[in-house]
Amino acid sequence: MSLLHSYVKVKAREQGRALPRATVRHVHLAEAPMVFVPLRLAGEAAAPLGAMVGTDPARPTLLVVPQPRNRDLRFQFLADLGAVLLPYIDRISRQVETVEARTPFERCLDAPQIVVPSPGGVEFAAKLGRSSRFRRTTGPYAVDPAVPMLGRWLTFLAEQSEFAGSSLMVAMTDLLTAHWVTGQSAAEDADLAALLGWIDPPEGLTGPEAAALADDPLTPPAGPDTHPEFDRQELQKAIEHYDATGSAAQVEEALHGQLRPTWDRVWQAIGLLSALKESPGATARWERDRVHVALHRAWIDGGGLPQGKRDSAVAAAKRLARLEAAQQSFEAARAFDDPLVMAEYRADGVAFAGEVVAVDLTRRIVPPGGKREVPRPLVTIETSDPVRLAKGKKVRSPSRPRQSATIADLTETTVTVQIDDGMGRGGQPAEGSVPAVGTVICYTELDPGESRRAPLPPREETPWTHGGPPPEYVPTDDDAAEPWS
Amino acid sequence: MNRLDAIRGATPGQDHNARSIAALAANPACDRRAILDAAAIDKPRLMRRLRFDDRWGQSPFAIQRNQQFTDLVKANGAAHLLRLLRTLLDLPIEEAGYVNLEDAGGNEGQVARHGHTRRIIRQTAEGRGRATILDRPLLRLDVAGAQVYLEPDVIAFQLGGRFHIVAIKSFAIVDDQADTPKVSAAAREAAVYVHALRALVGRDLVSHDVILVCPRDFTNEPTATTVDVRHQLVTLARQLSRLTRIEAILDRLPENLSLDLDALSPAQIEAAVAAIPARYAPQCLSACELSHLCRREAHDLGHLDALGRVVRDDLGGIESVQTALRVATPGEPVADDQAEIAERLRHVARLYDEAVA
Ligand code: SF4
Repeated sequence: MSLLHSYVKVKAREQGRALPRATVRHVHLAEAPMVFVPLRLAGEAAAPLGAMVGTDPARPTLLVVPQPRNRDLRFQFLADLGAVLLPYIDRISRQVETVEARTPFERCLDAPQIVVPSPGGVEFAAKLGRSSRFRRTTGPYAVDPAVPMLGRWLTFLAEQSEFAGSSLMVAMTDLLTAHWVTGQSAAEDADLAALLGWIDPPEGLTGPEAAALADDPLTPPAGPDTHPEFDRQELQKAIEHYDATGSAAQVEEALHGQLRPTWDRVWQAIGLLSALKESPGATARWERDRVHVALHRAWIDGGGLPQGKRDSAVAAAKRLARLEAAQQSFEAARAFDDPLVMAEYRADGVAFAGEVVAVDLTRRIVPPGGKREVPRPLVTIETSDPVRLAKGKKVRSPSRPRQSATIADLTETTVTVQIDDGMGRGGQPAEGSVPAVGTVICYTELDPGESRRAPLPPREETPWTHGGPPPEYVPTDDDAAEPWS
Repeated sequence: MNRLDAIRGATPGQDHNARSIAALAANPACDRRAILDAAAIDKPRLMRRLRFDDRWGQSPFAIQRNQQFTDLVKANGAAHLLRLLRTLLDLPIEEAGYVNLEDAGGNEGQVARHGHTRRIIRQTAEGRGRATILDRPLLRLDVAGAQVYLEPDVIAFQLGGRFHIVAIKSFAIVDDQADTPKVSAAAREAAVYVHALRALVGRDLVSHDVILVCPRDFTNEPTATTVDVRHQLVTLARQLSRLTRIEAILDRLPENLSLDLDALSPAQIEAAVAAIPARYAPQCLSACELSHLCRREAHDLGHLDALGRVVRDDLGGIESVQTALRVATPGEPVADDQAEIAERLRHVARLYDEAVA
C-alpha cells in the first residue's frame, strides 16, 4: 500500500463510488473462464455442501450434497464436480505447442482458468484437493476415478494461485481490489457483494448504499461459509426433508437461492474486468501459466505421483524463494505496464518521473574492474517527486526496460542517472539510445526481471510436480482409506 | 442500586463467558464497549431492537459438530485425552484419575458447583487425591465487580506438576497446520480460563501452555498440541484492570443515561448509545456485536479510522475524510502540524489526477 492508495480511498469515500487503481487489466481473462462457487458445511474442514459451476453465465450447473455428513454423497459430489471440471481441463491442456528454445519445451495453446468468488474459495478448493487426491480407484474404499484426478488438479491450481500474477485460479475479490479502490476498509472489500456495490452499484444507488445491501440478511454471503441463520432456518429443514423422503429437491432449492446471486456477481465482475485492456505483462504471465499446465499435464500422463502432503524443509524454503521472486517481479511488471500503478511508487519515493533537462553524451569512464574507457552518458531529470533513492542505486525506466542505469547524483529538484548499457558497440552511444533533452521519463528501482523475459523458471527451481526432483511422499493405504468425517 | 445496574434497567443482562471476556481485548480503547459490557447489556438484543442483521449466531451444524467431537474426546473416562496427554505431558501410565466435577452432590446451582470445583482443585494442588483429568469444572472470575462463571472443557493436572487448561475445538489440523484465526481465538479464550484458575491456586501452579485438542486431517481422530498464551494473558489482564476503572468513564457520561432495552424506543436506544463515545475501527467487525451500528455512525461523522489502520497511519494526525481532502487541495489553509502531510497529499493528488487523465 502507499500514501496514494490511502488518499484514493478517502476520495472514494467522499465521492461515494469506487475509483480506478489501474488503467489496464493486470490479469489474463480466459476466453471461457470456469466459474466455481463452492459452499461448505459449517463446522467442517472440507465437507462440501454444494457448488455452482460452469462456463456459461446463463446456465450454471448446480451440484449439491443433500446430506453433507454422508461420506458416499461427498464423493459423489466430487465425482460430479470432476465430470464438469476435468473435461474442461483436459480439452484445453491437451493442445500443446513446442516452443523453440535452446532446450525446446512444451506449452499449452490455452490454459484452464477457474474463477472463485474470494480467497476462501481458493482455500476450500485446496482442502478439497487434499482430501481427494490420495484416494484409490480400486480395492476397498474405491472411489470414482474422477475423484483423485480432480484432487490433483485442484491441488495444482490452488498451489499456482499462491504465485503472484498467475491467472489459473483466481479469487474475484482480489482481482477487483487490484483494479479499483473503494471507500471502505480492506476487511469489507473481502465481501464480494459489498465490493461490487462500490464498483458497479445498481442504477440510482451510491456505492455505500449498494454496499450496505450486502449486510442485508437477504443477501447471501459469497461463501464458502453460509449464513448461520440460513443454516438454522432453511438448510437444516431441507436436509431433514432429504433424510425423511430421499428427495434432494429442497436442498437444491435452498442452495440455489444462496449460490445464484454470487454466481451472477462473479460474472458481473468478469464483465467489468474484461472492459479493461489487458497489459503486456498479464499476457506474458499467462504464457508461463500455459507452460506450467503443460508440465503438470505431462507429469500426470507420465504416471507421476500426486503432490505430497507437506514440503520438506528444503523444498519449503525453495518454494518460499520462488513465491517472493514472483511477487517482486509481478509488482514491478504492473508498475511498468501502468502509470497509475507507477504513481503509487512515485508517491513513496522509489520511482520518479520528469523532463530530461540536460544530457552529457560524451562522458567516458573506466568502469570498476575494467581496463578500457567506455561511454557512460549522464542524463539529468527535473522532478517534483519525493525521491528516496540513494546514489549508486540501479534503476530502470518503463519506456526502456532493457536498459539499466545508476543514480549518479541528486539535488532538491533533479536526479542525474548514468546510462550503463544498451548503447550499441560503438565508441559513441548509438542514435536514440540515450533519452534526449525534453523527453518525459520515469525511472524506478523496480525490476520486472524474469516475468518479462524467460518464460521458464531455472531447472533447479522447477517444482517436482514439473519434472524436478522426485517427490518424497508416496501415498499409503491409510491415505486411500482416510475417513472423511 | 449501582450506576451500571441503573443503566441496564429492568432488562435482563447478558452473562459473560470466556469468549465475551476475550473479545474485550479487541478494542481496548472503546468506552462504549467497556460500559456496555460492564453493565452486562445484551448487545445482540440491542442490535435486534435497532433492526440490524444478526450474523453472530453459530450455525446449528457447527454446534453439533463441536458437541460430537467433544463427546468423543471425553468418552470412556476421557480415554482419548489421557492417551494424548501421556505423550504431550509425559504422564506416567498409572496416572489416570478422571473426575467429573459436574456432579456436585446433586446440587446443580452454580455456587455449589463452583464450590465443589474449588475444593477438588485445592486438594489436587496439595497432592491429596489422584485427579489428573478434571472434567466440567466451573471457575469464577470477577469482571468489573460482577461474578462471572466460566466453564473450561477440561483441566488437566500433572502429578507434582502443574495444571493445564485443555481446550477441545472441532476445527481440523490438516497436515499439522491449522487455521491461524481459529487458533488465535481459541488461545484468547483459553487465556481467560488460565487467568481464572490462577486466581484460585496461584500463578505458579497453572501453566501458560494450554492444550489444544482438535481433529486430525479429515478424520475424527483427536490430536493435541500446546499453545503458549502468555501474550494473551498480558492483554487480558490489562483489559480487566481497565474495566475496574469504569468509574472514570461513567463520570463523563450523562447523569441519567439508560439503556433499558425493553423500556426504550429504538430512537431512544440509539440516542443513548450515541452518548457513549466509541472508537470504531474495522477490527470491530469481527469482534463486537455493535459494529454495524458504530460503523454507520463513524462514516456519518467522516472518521478516517473507519477506513482501516493503513489509511489512518498513512494520514497520521488527520481525523476526518473532509479534513484530508481539504488539506490535499492547493490553496486551502493548513494548520502548522499538518503542513508536511498536506504537502505530500497535494503531490499524490496531482500524481493521481495526471495518471487517470
Ligand atoms: S463496535 Fe462499537 S462498541 Fe464495539 S468496540 Fe467497536 S466502537 Fe466499540
